[in-house]
Amino acid sequence: MTRFAEKETAITGVGMSVVSRGADKSALALTVDAALEAIADAGLARADIDGIATWPGERADGSGFSPVGCAALQDALRLELGWYGGGGEAPGQYGAVFNAIGAIAAGLCRNVLIFRTMYEATARKTAYANSLLREGQRQAGPFAWYAPYYTYAAALQQALFFNLYVHKSGIRPEQVGQIAVNQRRNAALNPNAIYKTPISIDDYLASPLIATPLRLYDCDVPIDGAAAIIVSRMDVARTLKNPPIRIEAIGSSMRYRNSWTQLNELDTQAQPKVAEMMWSRTDLKPAEVDIAQLYDGFSFHTINWLENFGFCERYGAKDFLDGGHRIALGGELPVNTGGGALSGGRLHAYGAVHEACTQLWDRAGARQVKGDPRVCATSTSGGPLAGAMLLVRD
Amino acid sequence: MIARTLPVIDRDNEAYWTWGRDGKLAIHRCASCEYFVHPPVPFCPRCESRDVAPQAVSGRGRVVTFTVNHKAWVPDLTDPYVLALVAIEEQDDVRLACNIVECDPETVDFNMGVEVVFEQAEDLWVPLFRPVTA
Ligand SMILES: [Zn+2]
Repeated sequence: MTRFAEKETAITGVGMSVVSRGADKSALALTVDAALEAIADAGLARADIDGIATWPGERADGSGFSPVGCAALQDALRLELGWYGGGGEAPGQYGAVFNAIGAIAAGLCRNVLIFRTMYEATARKTAYANSLLREGQRQAGPFAWYAPYYTYAAALQQALFFNLYVHKSGIRPEQVGQIAVNQRRNAALNPNAIYKTPISIDDYLASPLIATPLRLYDCDVPIDGAAAIIVSRMDVARTLKNPPIRIEAIGSSMRYRNSWTQLNELDTQAQPKVAEMMWSRTDLKPAEVDIAQLYDGFSFHTINWLENFGFCERYGAKDFLDGGHRIALGGELPVNTGGGALSGGRLHAYGAVHEACTQLWDRAGARQVKGDPRVCATSTSGGPLAGAMLLVRD
Repeated sequence: MIARTLPVIDRDNEAYWTWGRDGKLAIHRCASCEYFVHPPVPFCPRCESRDVAPQAVSGRGRVVTFTVNHKAWVPDLTDPYVLALVAIEEQDDVRLACNIVECDPETVDFNMGVEVVFEQAEDLWVPLFRPVTA
């Protein structure tokens, strides 16, 4: 019998800074806020934290994409660690969690502080336009193949994959728009969300086209903020104050071509094999999932995950989404219950984990899903990046 | 027209970005099993040969997917333009990012037949594709 190390770990605390369209403090200060809240939420003290992890690590490029890394946070909190790790070459944003699971299993640490900090709202006000391109500089790396073709932003590149999905599936804009409408409805019940004014399908259809078929309301909202979670070894978790949220299964595979141009299946992106791996590590089935916090850098990712997790058939999301009832708070599978990145703010999948735990611990107030949700599927993605987790509160 | 942002050139990608000088589209190919290897690397993942080198291909292909851009990411970028992935005629899993040019963006479609044209930019020749005329 194979042992799955993730089952010996659990999320024991979560924290989030103020999330805004322009912070009144530094990115590191926001990170400290989120970290201290998560540590206290777990019933721990700074001295109990013996590991830290982040994705993608510090990028001192002025973009606000990842302004804080392990070293800065470790020194700010004067942590004494048995292990640390931050880096972008991982199965999406949850790569930091998967690394932490490995470090705990290796006996390197017991309570890992995992965080993600964004400062993109401020960065865009000052210098940066989230451009993938730097004027006057030649480009290296995977996006160099796109560089000469006015590929200024991820939205434009991702619209290529989205368009093929629309072509193959036959999904209609008013079905795609249910993602944005649902999340805005949920955000209205979340005091920490960025955008709370309800929108209709007509509003979605009237929102500006960025690159066909991608509209403004399909895109997440850049923010300043930080989120943190504590992942603890299971025997430690059982002694702490919150009911452990077990990491029941993870999907971390790269059994496909990891390329923004040669990715095997462009319209489903990298997700199918990753979801398949996650389900292979648990006895639970898609029908047993109570809520889903699905990556929504663009609403198209969320639609992909509905299919790739098996909540509906391949190319069946159009029917699953029709009318929007199934994914609503009172529906059969409430999705992105806090407003997600589209309306809550782009915390890049760590907002999703935070919301998952908020729901599983029955702390979500006006947006709390009824019926005592216990099982949450959550995911990260974008082109060749994908990672998945199944979280279960006992 | 706004200047194109150019790639850093290395030993592997140099042919792709420069053979357009002679009107040729260069794709790496295995001499042993004839597999096209892209992005270029001197190793064949199919037969493990190291005998892989750039070769001129027909320059014809099909539009795998595309998008029409409507947002002015920089000032003066006001006209819609097409970003696409084109599969080369010789091997469908070799996909090239490109702009589709010399046509109305609204006429570009999936599986449309296209052919390469080159645009010089500094010391490089950037491959672009245009619809094949009947
Ligand atoms: Zn070969």
